Amino acid sequence: MERVVFKIKDNKKIAKNVFEIKLEGNTDAITKSGQFVNIQLDGLYLRRPISVCDYSKNSLTLVYKVVGKGTEQLSKMEKGDLDVLVGLGNGYDTEISGKEPVLIGGGVGVPPLFNLCKKLLAEGKKPSVILGFNTKDEIFYEEEFKKLGVNVYVTTVNGEYGIKGFVIDALKNINYTYFYTCGPEPMLKAVYNSTTTSGQFSFEERMGCGFGACMGCTCKTKYGNKRICKDGPVLVKEEIIW
Amino acid sequence: MVDTKVILSGWELDNPVIPASGTFGFGKEFADLYDINILGTFSFKGTTLNERFGNSTPRIAECTAGMINSVGLQNPGVEHVVKYELPEMKKYFHKKVIANVSGFSIDEYKQTCEILDKQDNIGIIEVNISCPNVHNGGMAFGTDPKNAAEVTKAVKSVTTKPVYIKLSPNVTDIVAIAKSCEDAGADGLSLINTILGMRIDLNKKKPVVANKMGGFSGPAIFPVALRMVYQVYEAVNIPIIGMGGVSTSDDVIEMMIAGATAVQVGAANLVNPFACKEIIEGLENSMNKYGIKSLKEIIGGAHNG
Repeated sequence: MERVVFKIKDNKKIAKNVFEIKLEGNTDAITKSGQFVNIQLDGLYLRRPISVCDYSKNSLTLVYKVVGKGTEQLSKMEKGDLDVLVGLGNGYDTEISGKEPVLIGGGVGVPPLFNLCKKLLAEGKKPSVILGFNTKDEIFYEEEFKKLGVNVYVTTVNGEYGIKGFVIDALKNINYTYFYTCGPEPMLKAVYNSTTTSGQFSFEERMGCGFGACMGCTCKTKYGNKRICKDGPVLVKEEIIW
Repeated sequence: MVDTKVILSGWELDNPVIPASGTFGFGKEFADLYDINILGTFSFKGTTLNERFGNSTPRIAECTAGMINSVGLQNPGVEHVVKYELPEMKKYFHKKVIANVSGFSIDEYKQTCEILDKQDNIGIIEVNISCPNVHNGGMAFGTDPKNAAEVTKAVKSVTTKPVYIKLSPNVTDIVAIAKSCEDAGADGLSLINTILGMRIDLNKKKPVVANKMGGFSGPAIFPVALRMVYQVYEAVNIPIIGMGGVSTSDDVIEMMIAGATAVQVGAANLVNPFACKEIIEGLENSMNKYGIKSLKEIIGGAHNG
């Protein structure tokens, strides 16, 4: 983990209540896809954790949904500096994915899968992607994933775009060796119950510090108590207790 | 050259800055970021006789200039701490530490303290009788002068190291409890623990934290903590470790002038993992700014004349 001051380069709305912010600064502390950053915002006490969507040597892309005071404030920032803790969490392990993993994202669970998809491709694997949303106006990153050259399946609950239903309705029709998923807990649970394949889940929890000091986000697993911020946010299927 | 050294019950610290229990784990997460040997010392994660998972999540809520936590004393239990954490700690922290202890009965406090008293890298035992996040204990001992004295006496009877009692601000008269602990043999006092607080999620129309209430900490509580340190200093003759919302080197000096011999930093570590490092580095500057040559000389200065 490092504390880095990032410069805001761009911050724009890309779907209903969803924004993409591009930052410039040192990303050396990021070691894996699926890690997150923790952002300090003026006038708010606790930092706001947001998963890393994509990064390169000197740039960082985050995609976040406006859900409260912090994210609303962030969405209004056009320029300036951000005090960010970088390189938090364990991230996804790509080594055990097999040849054709599937990436399953729901809503703002989609972003961390983007860099993961690039990593898997770079490792010579053939990932496919399922993106689940409630409605058409919530959809984002379909094109970005397609540009990577992977098969993308979009689902909407009301069926106004792509496959009607949930991510698991798309999942049952494709072949895969392993899965990576991130999204709201009911979706994670549905994925868990709909497959016999092994995989990795990224969880969310209210955090105090984000780096393992306060024990604010601990959950029980079959492998013992784990801090979502430090020992997670990614847990393997075999250890999860719902 | 300024003198930042202070003495707690015969133990000389390089400076008065001490990360508070529950905000610093066993130091490992911070040792990865900077050399934590610059600290005066630190107070490790509240330890109980048996392992505890703590409360359900969510355990954290945002507040204006502060936060609420309802962790509920999650810890691996004293045997694990003695067998694994303390030996591990010696690798990255070469000073003695403060052992923070909680319990659910007098006997539990006694047993846990007796075990920790035998550990060579513990300098002070800090007995938490003020955790607002656990039922049947914790704060119950800290809100009644008689109970507070009983815990103090019991712990003193099985220990040789200095015993500091950590007091709750959630009382009508903290001075009465402080005096009661002093009379029962406490070597020092730590104050304040968090203030019982609450937030409600307006969308869900339910409390934010699963345990409904939790301990409120952060800069917002600094004036309350400072006032209590000031009041207790007037009433007792044992050293006080002052804490509650301390976030800057100026806060440290203010707390010491109110009566604290050393100062703990809590919530600030969670929003800025380098908080204690920055506070220590800022001490000399603050001392020069206010014409202070030695920190020892300012303790309780607000009470003179």
